[in-house]
Order: sequence, then structure tokens, then C-alpha cells
Amino acid sequence: MEHNFIYNLINSDIVAIIAIILLPLIFVLIYALIAILGELKIASFVQERLGPMRTGPWGIIQPVAEVVKLIQKEDITPAAADKKLFNLAPYIMFVGAFAAFAVIPFGPAFVPADINLGLFYLFAVGAFAIIGIVMGGWASNNKYSLLGAMRSAAQIISYEIPAGVALLAIASLAGSLNLNEIIESQSGWFWNWYLFGGDGPIWKIFVIPFTLILFIIFLVSTLAETNRTPFDIPEGESEIVAGYHTEYSGIKFAMFFFAEYANMFVVSALITILFLGGWNSPFGDFMSGPIWGAFWFILKAFFFVFVQIWLRWTLPRLRVDQLMYMGWKVLVPFSFVCFFAIAFWAMVK
Amino acid sequence: MKDYFKRIWLGIYTVLVGMNITLRHLFAKKVTNQYPDRWHPIQDKFSGSRSFYKGDEKHGDIPPNSRNRIFLDIDLCNGCMGCARACPVNCITVETLKVVPGDNVPPLKDGSKRGLWVTKYEIDFAKCCFCSLCIDPCPTHAITMTPEFEYSTYNRKDLVYRFSVMTEEEIKEKKELLAKFQAEKKKAADEKKAKETKIPAKDNDSEQKEADEH
Repeated sequence: MEHNFIYNLINSDIVAIIAIILLPLIFVLIYALIAILGELKIASFVQERLGPMRTGPWGIIQPVAEVVKLIQKEDITPAAADKKLFNLAPYIMFVGAFAAFAVIPFGPAFVPADINLGLFYLFAVGAFAIIGIVMGGWASNNKYSLLGAMRSAAQIISYEIPAGVALLAIASLAGSLNLNEIIESQSGWFWNWYLFGGDGPIWKIFVIPFTLILFIIFLVSTLAETNRTPFDIPEGESEIVAGYHTEYSGIKFAMFFFAEYANMFVVSALITILFLGGWNSPFGDFMSGPIWGAFWFILKAFFFVFVQIWLRWTLPRLRVDQLMYMGWKVLVPFSFVCFFAIAFWAMVK
Repeated sequence: MKDYFKRIWLGIYTVLVGMNITLRHLFAKKVTNQYPDRWHPIQDKFSGSRSFYKGDEKHGDIPPNSRNRIFLDIDLCNGCMGCARACPVNCITVETLKVVPGDNVPPLKDGSKRGLWVTKYEIDFAKCCFCSLCIDPCPTHAITMTPEFEYSTYNRKDLVYRFSVMTEEEIKEKKELLAKFQAEKKKAADEKKAKETKIPAKDNDSEQKEADEH
């Protein structure tokens, strides 16, 4: 329990568990509002507009207004839909996104569940979203929804492989699947991060190119897993209306929306943990500690959320065949080469 | 094989180029004008200069050929109804009364003699199509375009602008005056007619008809 300040703070176990569950939930709610506003603002700034300006000062209340609007909209279930699956799908998707928060170490003093298979759990739960998508797409009884769901399934299967190999490489470097141990093995200055080959003697410079390539591979494949542009073919508006959530409205659409943003944070947190030293300060012992740790972690994760939004407003959507080409012919071989190089390095180190 | 690596390199390189472009735009000056708070300064493209209408801070500059809300200077209007006739959508309604010769009438703003009282001058801007055809026929330049273009209201009836400044009492007074004058004139004509029964009072009749119409 050394990684959880709430257990030390609260004596009662049940109250502590409820507090531990609530804390990430509150964080996700606040983060989602910030991310929606960030998306709106960055989109408009890239296009040299001002974006929402009327709701509150500089439009900062806009995400609240959007959520309220979505909640009060009519919740439509198509007559021909499979009602059980249709209603279940958004919740499964959100549960999948939120379950990932169980193992995310927000700081040296707070990780909701410090389990030894954290990395594996995170990866498994991250793939949960696809079940929700396929469920929703199938149950909608709509050709566009089904097409979107099928595309999503194809895409996630293709991109899980390079992402999984990247995880494996990092796990072999760290020698652990526990997220906190992975982060602790990157402590020290920023050149100890796995982005720069991890802790090691000077001739680790030979492994740096491989970790850098691995980082790019992982970034690209997580982008594809969250169905964000340029990999948003499951919901490509210009081709298949809105893909798997064509038939969803109101609160259920809000759940999909919410799950997408939560997933964005989860993959950003994963990149941060694996490649950027998690809650470690970039400057050794300077500005480190439980609170600074949380600050660094959230800062790094938010940077990658920003990168995702930035990429969304830079790149056009890929074609399905381009997506498959990139997944199978570029990312998979490169990730294997990098994995072998890094595993060799981990062996001889 | 060489092509394969070249394409991967190009893929990464072009994405970075694109990201650099969007990042520069992210911090660039925004083009949006917060419209109701600040107006867009419109450049006159034909003359190259700023427009003739040097607006105040709120309105900014408006090009000379812009077509906005119409204004009528009632002190210049001589009631010729040229504008009402020119209007393709019949949004201008004018009613006039003849000025009685003996009445002490203030002249029009440009000094010319006032021949008609404009008892009613209404422009319905809900109908107006801003064609500017009413501006040209006006002999006294009473009707003009203003730079004002935002005057939405919650009630359609509020868009009917009444430019006549005459009160009900004044109109009534003038009507009575005219009626009295015409009665006198008719009486005089009748007397004249009685004197010279053979000549019909043609002019008198037509004049009375016109007065009735107004």
C-alpha cells in the first residue's frame, strides 16, 4: 500500500476504496471537459479562428454547455435495433475506458491498484473499446454502423500487434510489468527515460535509435487504437455518416464521446509511463515528490493529448488500404526489428 | 527496397512539415472579428481608398455603394411619391394633403416652396429589398442610405418606420383647412357658374378629385 496515500489517510477500507474509485472518476470528468475545450480551441486556433467565445470568458464554459445539451437530447433507440446490445454498447465502451484508470499511476503516492500485471491489464482493457464499437455497430442494424464497426475491428487488430510488441520491448528493458516499477526504473534525469534508451552506460547510444523508432510506432498505433484522425476511418463522416455511432443520440452518444476522450488520456498516460518516465521529474531530484510527481505525470499526459489533437487538425484521413499497408508492412516489421535490438541490449546490459 | 524506406522517410518527414505548419498557425494572429462588439473594417476595392463614410468607432467604414437601411429627411420631402412609385415591392406608403394657399407654410429645408403636407410616410423594412431604386428619383435628395444595417426587432410591426412628423391634430386641422378652402372655392365656382351658366367648371372638378384622393 505504499503507492496509495488514501489507504494511509483513511482507516476504513470500504471508504478508502470508494475514495480511490471516485478520485480517477472526478479526474476523468474534469479532464474530459478540458479536452473538449482544448479540441475546440486548438481546432479553431489552427484555422486562425477564435473558437467559442461567448459562453463564459473566452468560451471556457462551452464544454459544460455541450454536455448539458447532449444529456437533455432525446435518447433514440431505432425500432429495428437489438435493444439490449444497443443500450449496452456505450456503457461497455465507457467501462473499458474507465477501467484502465485503475492501474494508472498518477504519482508516486497514488495508483488506484498497484498490480503486478499493470501493463498487461492496461493493454487488455484498452482493447475493450472494440467490443463496445462492434456491439454498437452490429446492434444498430444500420449498414453504416456495421461498416464502421468492421473497419474499427480490422484497424484495432492490425495496430494492436505493433503496440503490443512495443510494450513487450519496454517490458524486457524494465524487467517488469508493474507500471510503478517501470516508472521507477526510469528515475533520474530525462536521459534515463526509455525514449532515450533507459538507464545504462554510455554505449546505450546504439539502442537510442531503436527506442525512438519504437516510440513513434507506439504513438502511431495508439492513435489508431483510439480511432483518432488520421486513423478515424471507423467514423469517417464523408464515407459512412458517423460510423458505429450513427444511430446513437443523447446520453448514449455522450458516453461514446466521453469514452473516446478517456481513451485519449489512457493512451497518452501509457506513452508517458513507457517512454517519458511517468511521474519522474525530467531534472533528477529537482521538483520531485508526490505532488510534483502528479504534476509531471499529468503535464506529460496532457502534452500527448495535445499532440493527438494537433495531429487531428494536421492530417487528412487515411484510406483503408493505406491504413492496412502502414499497419502490416511498416509498423509490424519495424517493431519486430526494434524489439529484437532492444531485447538484445537488455540481455547484454 | 530503397523505395520502401524512402516512402517511410517521406511519410514521417511530410507529417512533421504539416505539424510545423499547423503549429505556426496555432500561434498566428486570428482573423476572426468579434462582430457585434467590433465591426469589420471594409475596404473600398474600387477606389482603393477607405469609403466616403468615415464611420465612428462602432460602425467602422462602409463602402459608398453599400445598401442598408433607408432614411428619409421629412423636412426635404415634397411628397412627390416618386420613391413609392419606383419601389418594386411597394414597401413605401405615402399620403399627402394639399397646402392651402393662404396658410403660413414653412418652406422645405432646401428653401423651395412646400406644395404638399406629407401626412404619412412609412417604409416597411420587412418588405424592403434594399434595391436603392427609391434613392434616384427623389428630386430633393430627401431619401438616402444610412450605414445602419443591423436593426432586427422581435416584432415584425416594429420594422415599419414612420417618418412623418405630423401629429393627428395637425393632420385634422390641415384637412379641415383644405375642406374649408375647397368648399369656399366650390362656392365661388358655383357662384361663377350661376353667373355664366354655359361654361362648365372643368378645372375645379379635377382638382377636387385629386384632393379627395389624397
